[in-house]
Amino acid sequence: MIKMTNISKSFNGNQVLKNVQFSLEPGEIHALMGENGAGKSTLMKILTGIYSRDSGTVEVKGKEVHFTSPKQAEEAGIAVIHQELNILPHLSITDNMFLGNEETFGRTGIIRTKTMEQKTKKALLDLGLDIDPAAPASSLSVGQQQIVEIAKALAVEAEVIVMDEPTAALTDREIDTLFATIRELQARGVSFIYISHRMEEIFSLCDRITILRDGEYVGDKRISETSFEEIVQMMVGRELGERFPQRNAAIGDVKLAVKGLSRKDCFEDVSFEIRRGEVLSIAGLMGAGRTEVAQSLFGYKKADSGTVEFDGRIVKIKNPKQAKELGIGYITEDRKSEGLIVDFTVEENVSLTNFSAISKNGLISKTKERSLYDSMVKRLGIRTSGPQQTAKSLSGGNQQKVVIAKWLGIEPELLILDEPTRGVDVGAKKEIYSIINSLAERGVAILMISSELPEVIGMADRVLVMHEGKVAADLPKAEMTQERIMHFAAGGGNHEVKEQ
Amino acid sequence: MKLKNSNQSLLQKIGPFIGLIVIVLIFSILEPGFLSVNNLLNVLRQVSFNALIAFGMTFVILTGGIDLSVGSILALTGAVSAGLMASGIDPILAMLAGLLLGAILGAVNGVIIAKGKVAPFIATLATMTIYRGLTLVYTEGRPISGLGDNVAFQMLGKGYFLGIPIPVVTMLISFGILYFILKKTTFGRRVYAVGGNEEASILSGINTDRIKIYVYSLTGLLSALAALMLTSRLNSAQPTAGEMFELDAIAAVVLGGTSLTGGRGWIVGTLIGALIIGVLNNGLNIIGVTSFFQQVVKGAVILLAVLLDRKKTA
Repeated sequence: MIKMTNISKSFNGNQVLKNVQFSLEPGEIHALMGENGAGKSTLMKILTGIYSRDSGTVEVKGKEVHFTSPKQAEEAGIAVIHQELNILPHLSITDNMFLGNEETFGRTGIIRTKTMEQKTKKALLDLGLDIDPAAPASSLSVGQQQIVEIAKALAVEAEVIVMDEPTAALTDREIDTLFATIRELQARGVSFIYISHRMEEIFSLCDRITILRDGEYVGDKRISETSFEEIVQMMVGRELGERFPQRNAAIGDVKLAVKGLSRKDCFEDVSFEIRRGEVLSIAGLMGAGRTEVAQSLFGYKKADSGTVEFDGRIVKIKNPKQAKELGIGYITEDRKSEGLIVDFTVEENVSLTNFSAISKNGLISKTKERSLYDSMVKRLGIRTSGPQQTAKSLSGGNQQKVVIAKWLGIEPELLILDEPTRGVDVGAKKEIYSIINSLAERGVAILMISSELPEVIGMADRVLVMHEGKVAADLPKAEMTQERIMHFAAGGGNHEVKEQ
Repeated sequence: MKLKNSNQSLLQKIGPFIGLIVIVLIFSILEPGFLSVNNLLNVLRQVSFNALIAFGMTFVILTGGIDLSVGSILALTGAVSAGLMASGIDPILAMLAGLLLGAILGAVNGVIIAKGKVAPFIATLATMTIYRGLTLVYTEGRPISGLGDNVAFQMLGKGYFLGIPIPVVTMLISFGILYFILKKTTFGRRVYAVGGNEEASILSGINTDRIKIYVYSLTGLLSALAALMLTSRLNSAQPTAGEMFELDAIAAVVLGGTSLTGGRGWIVGTLIGALIIGVLNNGLNIIGVTSFFQQVVKGAVILLAVLLDRKKTA
């Protein structure tokens, strides 16, 4: 179907792809993996005509092609669904489906709304989605929007669909639906190139995997003939060892006690405790109220009722500034929109939460600022070209480390991490786990929100499972299994578990 | 990689400066008298009023805001100071009252924007009208003169220090202070942070509301300072003073390369931007372009500068 050979590409003398090869069989689901910066997106951008290649050949159905725009690739049957979906929320689902390809009465420019709505309805029904095509796209969940994107690709008769991290923002149930759709289309002969960091998904969905490292082709494998460890080793080029590093933290006194915390339409009667040196994870489906609980603990969005005790004292946290002064750090879910100022340098981002340490009477000490930066880069192993590099040009894993660095500077006593490893590659993930462990070992209480169950089980001492705004279960390490957590997250009651 | 980045930003930073030199060269070729010391000092004096306001505007725009009310604040504070002076109150007190009023009017803008969550464009569009209206009410639509001969007040707009007009000295001192604030203080860094990403700033424990109120107060204060200089220079306060000043101030900031979406820019650029506008005003006059046509040229230069800037960043 697609054959790319000896692809090379450099930007300003910086070689990002070296003689990479990639092939895709008809009707195959082919995973493309590699750490951030390995060259996956560049390779896909060359395939779809966004970048031109310096050397090498691209063949589609046996014919060499030279796409110069994504439009041409689309006409040749290759469609891309980007990680950030191309959905305009205020337009209707139909408008989104036909964006740029509207059907009109002759050449009048007057839109055939009825026809388009019927076609949209049918196309979506085909993929198992029964919705009103005239409804605004914002009424769809992220998972449903993704299905609309797939329908859009099929509408232009795509035979190859490239998906970049499609499940990053989906709930487990939505992932199941998405996978069912992908398999269904595979049976009809559509091929997929599937880019993801999530190993479990690749093993359950894909047929074959190609691995890149540092812009080079490392190899391709049939999924049935490889293992988790082998793929990780191919990706990082070394043995990574245990996926979740060991932690030797002494669990101390209760640091944070939350009692009956409620906020209208978000969460209700949430109670839990975290001790020094303990890692408490909050699991649950998207929209279960996990992030909202974290936001109210941090004073970002206030709770309506309930109490929060910090070191046994009742505290009222009205804004993030107070939370910071108490020694609470908050690593947000979305690092680009909430964690970083992307136009700021790495150094300036690190300083953002640490003005009191680097300034006196409002004057910033350049020396202190630089030494804070240096110590954080060393402590967290942040890879930058220097303090003046802008945050936006860092890889996802390094961006996340910068956000962590912001909060390590205040020497937090409670650190809240919301999806700390989302969109981060395997190597960086393990480094982040090690950072969390070393903080716990220093007696920091850790609250980690995560949707990746292996991560929850691997890292947490206890897990709080939330369902529709309420605490459904509080499980100690010994009782944690993926099944149990999912059971409670999906709204299963206590009695059913006892019967198991 | 690093080198490339710094080169790019360097080019971006010196771009306005090159533009200024080119314009100065063109005028000095067309009319050699343009480069006379007298005329250059004249240009600088004309520039100093707009530059002061534009410095404040730089802070506001760096936070991602805009302030359309600066011209009206200038008129109202000028009128109130002049009114107090004319009524026999100590001129120094009258001037301090004007400055204080400027800061308060600015703070009102800031509170409406930060606490009332009104878009800066709308909020200051409204206060622009209100402050202008208050000026007309206060002055009954007539200029206020008879301001006495207090030396400090008279010097402010008309005096010289070592041969340099006092307004220019005032402007340069203000520039120095404000440059230092933006570059070296936590307040300056927070100003950039608010415009760079407000959400992330709040979540970093920064009181963004306070920063916003401060920048609008600062702009009000600087507008009031410009008002006092102008009142002294004209020896009277005009109810229509400062009309369209907001546009020249915004143009100076944008010409200087500061991003209207906030978070990026520098005050040196604003000074150069103000100089470009001042040189254009003066040069076009000297070479005898009619005042009607001057506006066309000024607008075209601003457009050209911004388009060139786009090219560079793209």
